[in-house]
Amino acid sequence: MSPAARRTVTTPSTAAPNTVADPRIEVRKTYKLYIDGAFPRSESGRTYEVRDSHDRFLANAAMGSRKDARDAVVAARGAFGKWAGATAYNRGQVLYRVAELMEGRRAQFAIEVAAAEGLTTARADTVVSQAIDRWVWYAGWSDKLAQVLGGVNPVAGPYFNISAPEPTGVVAALAPQRSSLLGLVSVLAPIVVSGNTAVVLTSENRPLPAVTLCEVLATSDVPAGVINVITGRTAEVAPWLATHQDVNAIDLAGAAESDDVVWAELERAGAENLKRVLRPAGAGTDAVEPDWSRTPDLTRLKAYLETKTVWHPKGR
Amino acid sequence: MAKFEYAPAPESRAVVSIRPSNGLFIGGEFVESIDGASFKTINPASEEVLAEVTEAGEADIDSAVRAARKAFEGSWGGLPGAERGKYLFRIARLLQERAREFGVLETLDNGKPIKESRDVDIPLAAAHFFYHAGWADKLEHAGLSGGSGRSPKPLGVVGQVIPWNFPLLMLSWKIAPALAAGNTVVLKPSKTTPLTALLFAEVCQQADLPAGVVNILTGTGRTGAHLIRHPGVDKIAFTGSTEVGKDIARSIAGTRKRATLELGGKAANIVFDDAAIDEAVEGIVNGIFFNQGHVCCAGSRLLVQENVADDVIMRLKRRLGTLRVGDPMDKNTDVGAINSAAQLARIRELSDIGESEGATRWTAPCVLPERGFWFAPTVFTEVSQSHRIAQEEVFGPVLSVLTFRTPQEAVAKANNTPYGLSAGIWTEKGSRILWMADQLRAGVVWANTFNRFDPTSPFGGYKESGYGREGGRHGLEGYVTTGADQ
Repeated sequence: MSPAARRTVTTPSTAAPNTVADPRIEVRKTYKLYIDGAFPRSESGRTYEVRDSHDRFLANAAMGSRKDARDAVVAARGAFGKWAGATAYNRGQVLYRVAELMEGRRAQFAIEVAAAEGLTTARADTVVSQAIDRWVWYAGWSDKLAQVLGGVNPVAGPYFNISAPEPTGVVAALAPQRSSLLGLVSVLAPIVVSGNTAVVLTSENRPLPAVTLCEVLATSDVPAGVINVITGRTAEVAPWLATHQDVNAIDLAGAAESDDVVWAELERAGAENLKRVLRPAGAGTDAVEPDWSRTPDLTRLKAYLETKTVWHPKGR
Repeated sequence: MAKFEYAPAPESRAVVSIRPSNGLFIGGEFVESIDGASFKTINPASEEVLAEVTEAGEADIDSAVRAARKAFEGSWGGLPGAERGKYLFRIARLLQERAREFGVLETLDNGKPIKESRDVDIPLAAAHFFYHAGWADKLEHAGLSGGSGRSPKPLGVVGQVIPWNFPLLMLSWKIAPALAAGNTVVLKPSKTTPLTALLFAEVCQQADLPAGVVNILTGTGRTGAHLIRHPGVDKIAFTGSTEVGKDIARSIAGTRKRATLELGGKAANIVFDDAAIDEAVEGIVNGIFFNQGHVCCAGSRLLVQENVADDVIMRLKRRLGTLRVGDPMDKNTDVGAINSAAQLARIRELSDIGESEGATRWTAPCVLPERGFWFAPTVFTEVSQSHRIAQEEVFGPVLSVLTFRTPQEAVAKANNTPYGLSAGIWTEKGSRILWMADQLRAGVVWANTFNRFDPTSPFGGYKESGYGREGGRHGLEGYVTTGADQ
């Protein structure tokens, strides 16, 4: 995105740089992390240059550190009990509200996605629509999962026995490298809709749409700490999430298209506390980024669910 | 009142004939090992050698995996689900027909009371086959596709490694769903309890199960490790220690192999002051002394509300005084032999540590046989959260008692371990049961009961108790793919 384009969020045009007719100097945005509902800079004080698909400077993003990742896990753990305990109806509405707010800022998202991914404005607009619709799709699952995935078990004895899905806890996600917004939403929504809390490592080179999504989250009804977002070097931060003993599951989608990230090592590190691992798509040791525009199935949702079974005797 | 004395009521062992030496079951036949060794399996209640058993070597494993692959790609893979199911029904019936034989053999090899082999292990094993038999032609209805529109397909060759605490039952938990979903199996029973798995191989022959569908490789931990790492294995199903489970998870990292892991536990059995105390005491006893405490979901931590703690502990000790510990073949025996010398050493070590860390040890008054491996039911009181006997799995007849004042405190203490397999709640207040059940981070919650199992009921843990479920519709998930794979 050209600097001029950021002047306004309502006109997704690629306007020419400042002209005599428009002498105003734009107010640029500082892109920061999103942890526990706040926008801190990286505690490391580091930033890195983010460039568009034509290698033009877009912004400096915060280069998240090990400490930032750990702070994010602490925030996610702190938010877990209340979010998991919220009613399914409530969580569904909260996710739907994210879609509502994204819709209101779709032009800004389209500009950022176009710049990050090198898409035409029209194509970027379609991707934003898909991302918004993805929130809506997952929002509707909140109060259906237990019915679809759980049920009463006809045990051979005088017992009431019921199984229902529950969130596994804190989930770390390596967001897709290529699809900066649709891919991000496609990995994030299935984590949080069932009551998990998330620590997301954004696309390394295309992190800006994620930070703007955080602005939507901060002004929506998603409680602080439920979604935490770290920008930075995937290969640097991911191992700290994979080894973290208070992370229950990890999504390795972002290992695809990321040369210096070896997902086998992250999975191996995750075994130390038996993390549930969602492997990247692909065959063998390859990791490929899937086509996120396809309608999802329950695979990602189920990856972060535990089945709890409760027994009670029947009697007069 | 004089103590009621029981007359001896020994079960006859004449119903079983144990072969003095045993080969491996590969490709539908009992075969000699190619590169293995042999070891002896003993009766832990008498230390008598029961049989010589083969320790499968790498070439044996290779041969078994090839036999399983051949069956998967051939006779078994091409079979319609309805026909597959009929084999499983046959196996279920054969297990019922030969239940007494299996029960006696299980008790001889494992040391568990014949009452438990007869009434729990063997009937449940048969029930698992009967339940899963019906799934074989109904997988399309099991909701496994997750909306992908793709039919569930078997994974291929499954490597299964099972423990010694419920040998035949764990075999059935593993083999029944694998076969129902259309996979073939290479199973390794535990080193100390291989005999019922070998007898099961005979059942496969009697059922005319196609060659190679089920292969049984006896052996040691080394055999299991090789099997798990074999490149021809598509999926691993393991029940055992969390330590080995982590090793398996590491070994498959970066591959497309799958695993279901059913690992350790340190379950809290939580007794509130409004519980029916005598029923709760029965539940506590069943929770930790059933099967000598060799149960991954055992209620090894008793959390009792402070104001009834003295009463509960008094009644518990009184009840434990009536438990009959001894000859597993006696039909009146409640607590049998510890499965092995190694396990006995582990129980002794952790119990000694419990004492040295400051907990108060109480041992049930009972006379232990001279030969064999025995450990009297033991209760530790004055246990605190940081004690090793409150954190580590003892896997023996040892109960740690802690107290709490509020439901919130009970939840915090119950959840304060790396495990999350099971939990128990004892209260007469319905709303409290439901609230507690929500709060407990455990895969199975028993309210006003404990240690109940059923093939329709999913079993498996949270956190470091493993992942995946066994039993029920959920248990099938671990044995199919819908090609979605993210």
